[in-house]
Amino acid sequence: MSFWEPKNECMSRDELRQVQLERLQATLNRVCRNVSFYGKKFKEINFRPEDDLTEIKDIERLPFTTSRDISDSYPYEMFAVPLREVVRVHSSSGSTTNPRVVGYTAQDLRTWSNLVARILTSSGITRDDVMQITYGYGLLTGGLGIHYGAERIGASVLPTSVGRTERQIKIMQDFRTTVLVCTPTYALVIADRIEAMGIDTKKLSLRYCICAGEPWTEEMRAEIERRLFVKATDNYGVSEVMGPGIAGECLEQSGMHLQEDHFIAEIIDPETLRVLGPGEEGELVLTAITREAFPVIRYRTGDVCSIIEEPCQCGRSMRRISRILRRCDEMIVIKGINIIPNLIGEILQEIKGERPVFQLVAVREGHEDKLEIWVEVTEQLFYDKMREQKALVELMCRKVANFIGITPRIKLVEKGSLKREEGRVKPFADWRGLSDLEPPLKH
Amino acid sequence: MGGKPSMLLPLIEKIMLTVKSIHTYYGNIHALKGVSLHVRRGEIVTLVGANGAGKSTLVNTICGMEKPARGQIEFNGEPIEGLMPENIVGKGIALVPEGRQIFSAMTVEANLLMGGFVHRNNREQVRADMDRFFGRFPILKDRRHQLAGTLSGGEQQMLAISRALMSRPQLLVLDEPSMGLAPLMVKLILSIIRELKDEGRTILLIEQNARAALKIADRGYVLETGKVVLQGEGQELLEHREVKRAYLGKGAKQIWEA
Repeated sequence: MSFWEPKNECMSRDELRQVQLERLQATLNRVCRNVSFYGKKFKEINFRPEDDLTEIKDIERLPFTTSRDISDSYPYEMFAVPLREVVRVHSSSGSTTNPRVVGYTAQDLRTWSNLVARILTSSGITRDDVMQITYGYGLLTGGLGIHYGAERIGASVLPTSVGRTERQIKIMQDFRTTVLVCTPTYALVIADRIEAMGIDTKKLSLRYCICAGEPWTEEMRAEIERRLFVKATDNYGVSEVMGPGIAGECLEQSGMHLQEDHFIAEIIDPETLRVLGPGEEGELVLTAITREAFPVIRYRTGDVCSIIEEPCQCGRSMRRISRILRRCDEMIVIKGINIIPNLIGEILQEIKGERPVFQLVAVREGHEDKLEIWVEVTEQLFYDKMREQKALVELMCRKVANFIGITPRIKLVEKGSLKREEGRVKPFADWRGLSDLEPPLKH
Repeated sequence: MGGKPSMLLPLIEKIMLTVKSIHTYYGNIHALKGVSLHVRRGEIVTLVGANGAGKSTLVNTICGMEKPARGQIEFNGEPIEGLMPENIVGKGIALVPEGRQIFSAMTVEANLLMGGFVHRNNREQVRADMDRFFGRFPILKDRRHQLAGTLSGGEQQMLAISRALMSRPQLLVLDEPSMGLAPLMVKLILSIIRELKDEGRTILLIEQNARAALKIADRGYVLETGKVVLQGEGQELLEHREVKRAYLGKGAKQIWEA
């Protein structure tokens, strides 16, 4: 087990609290003056950072920042420095709203690379590794974020970006990739394709798989590790806060270390907005305390997890967060019923023991909303006999209906045909004309 | 930032000085507004900022010359806010004050003896320490019987530092040591400070000369109108726009530029 910045990653909890307080105070002093959004909000609640922030806990008096707030500040309203100090801009894709635009100063990029370097080092990667990065390089933060951290530790980077699985596999063979950086589902897509191409996985040089970008499970981890002969670690990033580098697993594989000297984490109840205690499950709220261009205060990530208080075996003093269990805002409402895509995934998984790639699609027929579940066919879900195939679809239908109370229509679609963004199928598409989400098939 | 990955669990030095959300007033003037900082054992930490930013107020508050209205100061885990200055020296904090403030009507030797006042019952130690400083700064030895007021500015600063070290402090606080010195002397004094760090001493360095201070500091804090607006590693801050602004004293509001 090795460390990138041992002095910071293993500092005592006392020192960490002091560092957090100092950085939070400096950040609030700056945003209060430089970001009118916060200046106004603080004034409304009569909060003066210099007088009212004496302890870290005082942060609980501050209002939350939502993704909506950032959309409404499109494009540059929430930047805390003049644009000439900004050397990079990233942006998330907007669906019904403006995109969320985030800026970085030169120092922010240094911090970012450094934090990603910490996490890569903690998951076993060294300068001797050859890293294949299959995240998108572009306005989203995934590709470039990992890329800079990888370069920072001196690994050899293959910026293959998304898609073209067979080419990815060829590169993996020929360039002797040792680390695959991808979404967990894409790792399995690659595993499938390797098998289909008749390649002996043992002959690859893979050692590690850095996974991020979507909620996944221990079963998926076990499958990735078994089929690709790698050690797979979980990672967490939020574009609005920084991108990858916020939290990541060490080789203990038991939760993701939060980089607490750069971010203050809270867990809240997404309904009552109450701050929850240690170990409780709720929405993760992050405050960036070293960001210069875009220091968000109490950003509601929409991701549900819990904070693990117990110290980790690895020696890092930074607390960990659990897996991201689900999104708290991906709740879908059809006929007044709340549906969480991840739970549907679990039901489908029970049927055949593997989680199919699927998408929930809401459609409107006349005045009636219907739920469709588009499931990509795999060998396990495919039968030669029509009767058996029909039975399977009926089983899926019944199980889901039992659970959520409305009967979905199951549609089997060709493998790989659901539209992917950053290697990931969106769990939900709305065709009811309520939003501008696109149809699920790529063409 | 960063470096070579290490396989070993690091030996992390304890925090020596912790300042938590300090507020200090001069009459009606709110000079320090919720300032927090810390110094680890063996570090040089610098505090930079323009004139009137509150740097000296912070020094005076730490060393007991001003009482904070709110907030805590801990030295080696013990609260020291509100103690008398002499008790704070007794705890192990020594100040090299702004403008040196040596006793100019006393000899160089007498100045050093005054510095060793807390150890007055241990004459041998005081004598040995004095000889060490004479070895280090032979010019002081040559002028040991001269009145301190006759020394040059740089020599006076050497004397002031030596005098502070005579108390064998754990933490040395230097308030504007380069002020009023010729450029060559500034260089000399800074190299002395760096030597002190190499000896393992812990130093809080207050400087208006941000560039020089950040060059030798492990970490730094930027103070603006009584508030910390930035903090970070010395090298990081050296290239920072806002440091330059604070150093130049331009308090002008950020104007949006597209």
